Amino acid sequence: MVAPLDRKLGRDLWRMKTQGLAIALVIAVGVLMLVMMDGLVSSLEQTRTAYYERYRLADLFAPVKRAPQRLLARIAAVEGVAAVEGRVVGGALIDIDGQAVPVRAQAVSLPDFQAPRLNEIYLAAGRRLDPRRRDEVLLLEGFARAHDLAPGDTLAATMNGARRNFRIAGLAQSPEFLYSAAPGELMPDDARFAVIWMSEKSLAAAYDVDGAFNEALIALERGASEAAVLDAVDRLLEPYGAIGTYGLEDQFSNRFVSEEISGLRVSASNIPPIFMAVAAFLLYIVISRMIEAERGQIGLLKAFGYTSTEIVLHYLKFVLAIAAAGAVLGCVLGILSGQALAGYYQLYFKFPFLIFRVDPAAMVTGMLVSTGAASAGGLLVLQRVFALTPAVAMRPAAPADYSRSARIADALKRFVDQPSRMVIRRLTRQPGRALAAVAGIAVGMGLSVAILGVLSGFDRTIELNFQVIDRSDATVTFVEPLSSKTVLELQRMPGVIEVEPFRAVPVILRHERRSHRGALSGLLPAPRLNRAMTADVRPIHIRGDGITLAASLAAKLNIVPGQALHIEVREGRRPTLSVPVVGIAQTLLGAPAYLELAALNGALEEPDRVSGAFLRIDQERAQDIYEALKHMPAVAGVSLREEARSAFQRVMDEGSGAMRYIMAIVAAIITFGIVYNSARIAFAERAHDLASLRVIGFTNGEAAFVLLGELALITLAALPVGTMIGIALTDAIAAGFSTDLYTIPADLDASAVGTASLAVLIAAAFSGWLVKRDIDRLDLVSALKSRE
Amino acid sequence: MKVPESQLDLSLPAFHAEGVTKVYGEGQAAVHALRGADVTVPSGELAVLLGASGSGKSTLLNILGGLDRATDGVVRFFDQDLAAMDDAGLTRYRRHHVGFVFQFYNLMPSLTARENVELVTEIADKPMDAGEALALVGLDQRADHFPAELSGGEQQRVAIARAVAKRPTVLFCDEPTGALDSATGRQVLSVLQDVNADLGTTVLIITHAAATAGMAHRVIDMSDGAVREVTVNDRRLAPADIQW
Repeated sequence: MVAPLDRKLGRDLWRMKTQGLAIALVIAVGVLMLVMMDGLVSSLEQTRTAYYERYRLADLFAPVKRAPQRLLARIAAVEGVAAVEGRVVGGALIDIDGQAVPVRAQAVSLPDFQAPRLNEIYLAAGRRLDPRRRDEVLLLEGFARAHDLAPGDTLAATMNGARRNFRIAGLAQSPEFLYSAAPGELMPDDARFAVIWMSEKSLAAAYDVDGAFNEALIALERGASEAAVLDAVDRLLEPYGAIGTYGLEDQFSNRFVSEEISGLRVSASNIPPIFMAVAAFLLYIVISRMIEAERGQIGLLKAFGYTSTEIVLHYLKFVLAIAAAGAVLGCVLGILSGQALAGYYQLYFKFPFLIFRVDPAAMVTGMLVSTGAASAGGLLVLQRVFALTPAVAMRPAAPADYSRSARIADALKRFVDQPSRMVIRRLTRQPGRALAAVAGIAVGMGLSVAILGVLSGFDRTIELNFQVIDRSDATVTFVEPLSSKTVLELQRMPGVIEVEPFRAVPVILRHERRSHRGALSGLLPAPRLNRAMTADVRPIHIRGDGITLAASLAAKLNIVPGQALHIEVREGRRPTLSVPVVGIAQTLLGAPAYLELAALNGALEEPDRVSGAFLRIDQERAQDIYEALKHMPAVAGVSLREEARSAFQRVMDEGSGAMRYIMAIVAAIITFGIVYNSARIAFAERAHDLASLRVIGFTNGEAAFVLLGELALITLAALPVGTMIGIALTDAIAAGFSTDLYTIPADLDASAVGTASLAVLIAAAFSGWLVKRDIDRLDLVSALKSRE
Repeated sequence: MKVPESQLDLSLPAFHAEGVTKVYGEGQAAVHALRGADVTVPSGELAVLLGASGSGKSTLLNILGGLDRATDGVVRFFDQDLAAMDDAGLTRYRRHHVGFVFQFYNLMPSLTARENVELVTEIADKPMDAGEALALVGLDQRADHFPAELSGGEQQRVAIARAVAKRPTVLFCDEPTGALDSATGRQVLSVLQDVNADLGTTVLIITHAAATAGMAHRVIDMSDGAVREVTVNDRRLAPADIQW
């Protein structure tokens, strides 16, 4: 036997199904964001960990010039070391048919007769290397796919100055090279960097390290101190030209993957709560107004003798049914979209498998927040209704007292007609309600402004970097630092318009307890092709007496101009310097540190050396220039700005930045949901008055004016408020999207405000049109009956 | 298309209804609210529609007032066929010819007494001044008060002023005294009688208080969806003498 109250509950839910659905959907998208992003991040982290473990990725990487094999046993004996593997690695250039610029590659050795102890590969196609065949290689799958190469194809590569032809035995992936970028480049690009795995013997011969290794891989025992092992290994390798052992956290691929995942993690912890808060706020407003409308029925129930507790439970069930339905829907959709996106990110991160996991905590949080907000909205109103006696509650609410607003209208009297006066009085007399409606729409709009601002922030990041900061056409990198005479050589090439040398050295920057492993760039005092810019986009003069840091790097190191930065150079004679910070540069990509070129060379005691040069060239002769560069043995690689730009765009569009498009859709749904609900509620509250107007002879249009005029004023008032909320939210959301790899600026974007305003106006117009249809269908006879 | 007052043929009855039926729903669930009601109300009379709940009096008033349509039958307002009018036609009919007084007043809480009246005078052709309409119901002193500051009887008188301000041809009152005590109710009825006598407005009052019938020219008694009896009073009571 269903209790009568529960039957009422069922029928009420059915009666309010459209509005209930709109509310449930807003909750659902909020919960969806939470569950999806959380599940996605957990899944990616678990998959990464599992992948690393299964393929035995090393914890430490120790590059040296040339160290004898016997040293490996001594490294293995260091306390805390679980496993050691020595290998040979070297740079190579791969010639791709029809491509003027050779592709840079890293050649990596594999043991000839056994699987590697560390850094195992995953064979994606073909077969493993046959140790008897010296001309076989395994090729990185991503690169092979980008160039349509398959097992059985041949490959021409230049190693250590000698050109060789290889046959591709198979395609491989490795957790070490999920992402790979050529040295000196910021962004990975499958097409422009290759990894080839070769027999150890064959590769050792190519790089003159027979019987030796030039990189040691080390796995740590559980609980071992990484710093201690690092120091011990550095000491052992010091005499063999070590340039510094580094941990997994500084390994390029892992760093990139970790940055991307932690970017997602930051987005996942920062952004869904904003969406949830907006959804909860809307829920609170809608529920409280819905219950207000039930006032007569509540009085009736009390008159029948129902206790307050019974009535509260009844309405809580009503509210919770909608909130829970929305939350459950959000969980289901969140899991589904999380799964779909995880599949997408699996491809993006090139994981050979994926462990999908949903975080139950996210679901619980989503449920609690939405049902909590809904209950709070309901309880606050119920409390007000309970304060009334049943008789008063049952009677139609006394006409709201508008006498206090009389004076405002007196001033207006001469200018506006009665319907306009109704609109104005209602807004001024019930400012709380009007403010809540304005706030609801404004919050929805703010969300859209912020998301749109962030969308264009991504574009600004690219624009600032590739049009303002970097104005070169190509960057040439030398195999090793060369005399600046090489610059003159480049200058003399026909078609080269401008050449700007630079020096880049690997460094570890330290300040207090923070450190950053990166590069120190030596630039001309007033560079023209690759510049450092201030926050207000003015070029910075590069000084020799102090270092200029990227704003993001200064923040990471917690350092301000005037303080001394500790620099450990990891190249050449490896000096340790202490240099004051003298400037902060606004860079949105990477985290560069600049010093004047001559000063840097002076500190290194290597006068007149350059690592490469930025070029501005005549596009007509570009092909000739690239062809000539290809034949210069000193050139390690050429990167084109346009290619770097598109690689960057791809990372932002396909990586954690891809989430911005989903958020834009969710923000649009929430914004529309709020505007539509505001219109619906206003209609419900005024249906009786509107019917009265229709009865006394107002046309549909005239009656609609009273309601839509109010909506229009509320919407217009919401626009500036929404803009301000948008500015505040942009900061939070832009920070959520920014990673160590790139910064998304949080400046106010006029076009975002314009677009969001337009979207709100369109949503309002559309909602107004939907409500207008209901006004046209108003039951006039109901006006003759008592108010509910 | 509006027919100006002067073009109405006042020799015709204000309302002439014949065989009016109204069915809500279909098949098994069908409810017959009117089962062939016939009624004629001459122009300038004050008629009272009596009947128990469910007798069909409200349905008939809704149809005559242009708020609802008959399922079948003839409904004429002078020479105009209400049954043939579309929504826009009915809106024009209500706008130019009909005044309504509701049981629960239905004033706009955000407008003062005067403004509630002006709400109607703004859209009428030759309305009386809002102050004049309020004077007619004895409320010219309280014109600038909001509904929340007026008693129930005062609110109902504002509603009447609002209804008559446009000089309607007919005035419909659905239980105008239903929410009022008897003294206040008599005041309201007296105002309605004045409107009928002084302005020549045809007035139709729905009530279940039989005593009200004493003040009418014509009493239309309804039951089971049909007009059972029409009585023409020889002698009319003054509202002040009505007891209930």
